[in-house]
Amino acid sequence: MTLLSTIAEHYNYVITILVMMTGLYIVIASGNLIKKLIGLSVFQTSIYLLFISPGKIIGGTPPILDPSFAVYSNPLPHVLILTAIVVGVATLALGLALAVRINEEYGSTEEAEIVRQDEQT
Amino acid sequence: MSGLMAQLPALQVVVPLLGALVAALINHRAFNYWLALAASWASLAIAAGLTLQVLDGGTISYAIGGWEPPWGIEYRVDELSAFVLMLVSAVGAAAMPFARRSVAQEIEEHRQGWFYSVYLLCLAGLLGIAITGDAFNSFVFLEISSLAMYTLIALGKDRRAPVAAFQYLIMGTIGATLYVAGIGFMYLATGTLNFADLSTRIEPAMADYSRTIVTALAFLTVGVSLKLALVPLHMWLPNAYAYAPSFVTVFIAATSTKVALYLLIRLFFSVVGLELAFSALPLTDVLVVLSVVAMFAASVVAVFQTDIKRMLAYSSLAQVGYITLGIALANHSGLTGSIVHLFNHALMKAALFMVLGAVFYRTASVQLDDLGGLWRKMPLTTAAFVVAGLGLIGTPGTAGFISKWYLGVGALEVPGGWILVFLIVASSLISVVYIGRVVEAALFRPVAPALENATDPPATMMVPLLVLAAAVIWFGIDTRLNAGIASRAAAMLLGGPGS
Repeated sequence: MTLLSTIAEHYNYVITILVMMTGLYIVIASGNLIKKLIGLSVFQTSIYLLFISPGKIIGGTPPILDPSFAVYSNPLPHVLILTAIVVGVATLALGLALAVRINEEYGSTEEAEIVRQDEQT
Repeated sequence: MSGLMAQLPALQVVVPLLGALVAALINHRAFNYWLALAASWASLAIAAGLTLQVLDGGTISYAIGGWEPPWGIEYRVDELSAFVLMLVSAVGAAAMPFARRSVAQEIEEHRQGWFYSVYLLCLAGLLGIAITGDAFNSFVFLEISSLAMYTLIALGKDRRAPVAAFQYLIMGTIGATLYVAGIGFMYLATGTLNFADLSTRIEPAMADYSRTIVTALAFLTVGVSLKLALVPLHMWLPNAYAYAPSFVTVFIAATSTKVALYLLIRLFFSVVGLELAFSALPLTDVLVVLSVVAMFAASVVAVFQTDIKRMLAYSSLAQVGYITLGIALANHSGLTGSIVHLFNHALMKAALFMVLGAVFYRTASVQLDDLGGLWRKMPLTTAAFVVAGLGLIGTPGTAGFISKWYLGVGALEVPGGWILVFLIVASSLISVVYIGRVVEAALFRPVAPALENATDPPATMMVPLLVLAAAVIWFGIDTRLNAGIASRAAAMLLGGPGS
């Protein structure tokens, strides 16, 4: 019971950990460059959730001063994560561009095939 | 004029960043080169101006856009930042004259304009990390410089260059993501992102959030360690250095790991503070062991390399070990050794990789077998290699000796430190072997077929090379500038958080 309530109270953080480990596992376990990039994106996404979660307060309003509201949500995490999303998109784009070049050179995006070709030369 | 002097912290980043943008828009090969050269030299001048201001008047705080810290982003220049700014911009300024012919030969013509644009972006990112006083801002600059670096490495001629860049991208992004997760935890516990503000708020927050803060510190340490290639998180480095274009290897080998090391020193000593950093986590034990492993394992692997660029890459891993060892000692001499070695190692590695760049320019090879009799064909280049190599070993009279001297003195101050001193000397002896192999081939072997028509490179490559080699000796004898500032920086860092 206590375990269940702990999970329920920290639901966002539990999901963060799950998403983070899923992403990291994909990066490590898959031998395909594109799948690695997908894993990397999933991994980064967990951080967005980590930042956004504490920024939301139940019953909180946007931080515009008004006498009728007392509780405000913190907007800063959202702003930070907008930046982090941009960084993530740029990383993914660059990673895909590199994968295209690797595919042109080796005719494959499988890590095993690339290693095999390198060992032959 | 005084108005302009007050804006120097912002200009330090804005000049190369705007340069990158203009270069990308104009995208003309020759124009971009001269623009990159001008921006690099202007960065050095700005860094020198900032250093003089800091040495005179103490820490500079600059509020970006007029938003007062801790709410706005603060640029903060103290002795340590100024030292790293000087390091990065000096390497950039020294490498740029070298770049022209090297890049013209190694990069496809239609990509050269872009190349200089990305280089400036990388420079802006590295300078930004060193100057910013904001945790999240440091993450953004870390990623700006890293993304630019992946691009630069992928432009290498070898088909393995994009693969090396891809590996680096995966490892580097994991490192940066862990770093930003650490910042997130710190923000959760303290409600601030400003380094100086963090340093005062962490201790009171420890009462309620000690587990969050310790977790944050663990994430930050592992994240930054990936970027600085601490063994065993170094897998990306040898390939990246070996397959990158010559100029890129010179630049990133001298700057990228150094800036990450700067970030580690900044976090441990001025943000989290000495007591907390070294008591909450078993950092001393872990860092000392990993540093010693790096010093030995990487040096031994270096001995067996036939590609000299790759050999020097492994040597860089060993040198990172010396620097992290000094950080782990956490006393004044050890930390001075670490900080001064940031600079000295940058100098020596830039010179060594420039030698290889010059050899590659003439022979299109950096294999050991193709370096036989180098002395007879490229005497000045070989002389520069010998001087920088002696520096790397730590021979008295060179810059490398100064770093190892401080490290040794620092090691003696901790209990059982004589073992560390012995290990420092023993690992230096291994570097005698791998540098010696190259020197032996260059001096005593018959001239290799690849070198038949080689001569010393043109003056634009030769002059920066000789200047760096001369600096290796200069900073080994007159240590006021490097060890002097490093010692002041170490004293400031050990003065406690926030001071």
